[in-house]
Amino acid sequence: MILRGRKVARGAAEGEALVSSEGISFYGGVEPETGTVVEKGHPLEGRSVKGKVLVFPSGKGSTVGSYALYEMKKLGNAPAAIINKDIETIVAVGAIISEIPCVDQIDIAKIRNGNKVRVNADEATVEVS
Amino acid sequence: MRLTKEEQEMLDGKHGIAVRKSMEILVALGEIFGAKRLIDVVSVQVSGVSYHNLGEAGLDYLADLAKDGKVRVLTTLNPAGMDTENWRNLGIPEDFARKQERVIGAFRKMGIITTCTCTPYFVGNTPHFGEHVAWGESSAVCYANSVLGARTNREGGPSALASALTGKTPEFGMHLDENRQAQVVVNVDAKMERVTDFGALGYVIGNKIGKKIPLIRGVRKASVEQLKSFSASIATYGGTALFHMEGITPNKTTVPDENISVTQEEIVSAKKALDDGCTPDIYSIGCPHLSLKEIEDIAKMLEGRKVKKEMWICVARPIKRIADQMGYTKIIEDSGAKIASDTCMVVAPIKGRFKCLATDSAKACFYGRGKNHFSVVFRDIPELIEEATS
Repeated sequence: MILRGRKVARGAAEGEALVSSEGISFYGGVEPETGTVVEKGHPLEGRSVKGKVLVFPSGKGSTVGSYALYEMKKLGNAPAAIINKDIETIVAVGAIISEIPCVDQIDIAKIRNGNKVRVNADEATVEVS
Repeated sequence: MRLTKEEQEMLDGKHGIAVRKSMEILVALGEIFGAKRLIDVVSVQVSGVSYHNLGEAGLDYLADLAKDGKVRVLTTLNPAGMDTENWRNLGIPEDFARKQERVIGAFRKMGIITTCTCTPYFVGNTPHFGEHVAWGESSAVCYANSVLGARTNREGGPSALASALTGKTPEFGMHLDENRQAQVVVNVDAKMERVTDFGALGYVIGNKIGKKIPLIRGVRKASVEQLKSFSASIATYGGTALFHMEGITPNKTTVPDENISVTQEEIVSAKKALDDGCTPDIYSIGCPHLSLKEIEDIAKMLEGRKVKKEMWICVARPIKRIADQMGYTKIIEDSGAKIASDTCMVVAPIKGRFKCLATDSAKACFYGRGKNHFSVVFRDIPELIEEATS
């Protein structure tokens, strides 16, 4: 299945999908040292985003979140790619400065946890197998 | 989005790596938000300065950009995590100070004026009516759009920096007339006299309307200090980048159908909601940073008196220089209060050092509670000084 959306940050990557029904805040919500989601009560609490194709509706929280995503990338704990339903500026800027391939305007309900997903941001496509 | 030949070259890397990265950010944001083109900005205010918020990776990012990045327009800085000269006296750890100095050094290398204040409009970064700018710092964004009549979106640290290094911003949101019209009329039927009245009003309106743009009626007059406090409060509790205040602010607007009101009772209960009734162990004045008038008034109030608790007076450094020249600094320091330039309670690493913060700022109440887990007390400056000295 190929889903089409919009390019946010260039590049291509593949990995296992980790899907959240709720927004993610990379400042305070995810621990940069491990890539583990630490926000209390979050659907992904305790799961690691490291190397995953991270799928969630939209970002939330502090504008410092862009730098937090960058820190995760530097420490090797960032997701391989990001797929959003509706991007907002914090995640968009974070993905661009961290060089994490990112697309939005994707029907994320069609992606299940554990699906193998290939993101080609330059083509604005997501291939789910 | 259509780019000029020069803009395309900037995006292609012909003007260096920092410019290429910056253009990538601006073009991506422009495309996401439906901008048709980039426009020139006359100034930038960069947020994300405290090492406390940036961390090591943020510092690395800035150091990378500073390798070949130079700002193309007047660019000033938000407060840092410490007073850059007087940090020891404020109890800032040496290790933190060194890291904070590296952050400021990276900004300076890019040609940014290291003002370290949330009130750039008091120290020379003062756009006039209709000018386009790219500012971070929610209170300053709200003040610039509403009180000065300049035009800026709410920028985050990296996007503001991208505008500084290119002199451009994508044309969407607050840059366009159609997005600057009021969406709700707010009729104020309450006594608006003191700074805390305006802080409470921002709290009430922000909580009621969120990010909508209000046309506020019923406020007969407001000083610069009151508008500063109101801008900070409404941006903190609601998130709007712009308000109209009839008879006071300069922007024109159409009048929307939706009407709400704010009563005297609501202002009174807002003041109660912003006050935990604790016994203060730290008094902090100057959120946003004090005006010249405020520091003059404070010096007069403190003359010949002694403060019995920790008290921070937060100002931009150029305002402090004038206070030095006028003898206000000596009066304030003789009273035992401390002047904190370049920083404030919101961004300094002071969590755990105090339990109860007394302030005249509704914004400081929010961040004192949320970020630092303090209880808070909300009063006007004369009451705070009276209390701290007796």
